[in-house]
Amino acid sequence: MRGLLNFLVKYHVLFLFLFIQLVCITLIVRYNSFHRVNFLNSSNTVTGKIFENYIGVVNYFSLRKINDDLARDNTLLRRELQAVKLADIDLTLERRANPDLFNAISAQVINNSVNKQYNYITLNKGTSHGVKPDMGVIGSDGAVGVVINVSKNYSTALSILNSRWSVSSKLEKSNHFGPLRWDGNDPGVVALEEIPYHVHVAVGEKVITSGYSAIFPEGIPVGKVKSVEHREGDTFQKIWVELSTDFRSLTFVDAVENVNKFEQIELEELMKDE
Amino acid sequence: MNKGAIWYITLFVVVVLVQVLFMNNIQFSGLVNPYFYVLFILLMPLNTPRYVLLLLGFLLGIVIDIFVNTPGIHASSSVFMAFMRPFVINASNVDDSDKMIIPSISNIGFSWFLKYAGILIMLHHVFLFFVEIFTFSGFINTLMRAVLSSLFSLVFVVISQFLIFRK
Repeated sequence: MRGLLNFLVKYHVLFLFLFIQLVCITLIVRYNSFHRVNFLNSSNTVTGKIFENYIGVVNYFSLRKINDDLARDNTLLRRELQAVKLADIDLTLERRANPDLFNAISAQVINNSVNKQYNYITLNKGTSHGVKPDMGVIGSDGAVGVVINVSKNYSTALSILNSRWSVSSKLEKSNHFGPLRWDGNDPGVVALEEIPYHVHVAVGEKVITSGYSAIFPEGIPVGKVKSVEHREGDTFQKIWVELSTDFRSLTFVDAVENVNKFEQIELEELMKDE
Repeated sequence: MNKGAIWYITLFVVVVLVQVLFMNNIQFSGLVNPYFYVLFILLMPLNTPRYVLLLLGFLLGIVIDIFVNTPGIHASSSVFMAFMRPFVINASNVDDSDKMIIPSISNIGFSWFLKYAGILIMLHHVFLFFVEIFTFSGFINTLMRAVLSSLFSLVFVVISQFLIFRK
């Protein structure tokens, strides 16, 4: 007993080191599960407040670019509105079929990264504004991420640049779909997987969300095909997609929610056991 | 509270803010990210008890983790760095290693500090980048990113010395 005690005292630093590392490993591994301890992320009040104040100052310097972006968005929306007005009969029919299928809440990006393996985005809207976990995040150029943690006034979202997550996407022309996953290297390029060899893919072809996962509506732009690789022995072709959103300069985004999501998930659950 | 404790608490807050607000926004081909916050561990007094180093290393790492949504990863690497620090100091044969002296350029000398900070930052970054990616595939690529980021961090750490210990 005395010997054991002496041993413990003599190597107490080593034991403390190993113990703390064990705690860290537990944290790292547990983090892999999708929903996590709520205070250990940047949607908590203190970090949210710090990021928000900071971004207030930083955005002041990029007001010109933000204005340009918003003006461009306005033009686009006006053009679309015009098109919708011309075809208003279709709109009313569509509305009757899908009353407010997707709900949108606009938010500002207050923290963002592109150079980690697992990148996250912090938004300045939370439960009190109606943001919920599993809402999709869309920027003016296309799909951005999915909300995972929400506090009262802030929320954190997984970015597409996070290899723990994939977006169900499809090729616009051929409608073939597969998961879109980031490989952790270039923050402008992701890979569209599981597209079989017989599908002809043209460089420059548009890639859009498939709408199958109930996170994003169908047809949100994701990017353009950059190159196609044929690898010896692979069942699928490797398609590199250039993202349409520049993740380095995200400012304003919308959190969208599929109102009928639970109905869709419930229905799909029925099939799972068979 | 004595003056030293207040100085270290201020240093802690400053390195965390500088890290999450400025260093994390440095974009250099998307591969390099300097981790300046290790400065706090580097500047602990030479005679700091080892268990205090470990606990403060954990605290520092977990605070950074909370800001960047990676619970455990930074904590693990800064604890590793805190664990290695006494070995690096002992190996470097510095005088007064049992005194309450801040191991800074002004106190011990430029070339000693460069070696001391360089080795510890390198250890921290290599550990961090491999824990972050959690695989040894692409070994050279990860190692290169770690070394490149270490160089950036070292530059910032050395510059900070001239700002903190101004005469």
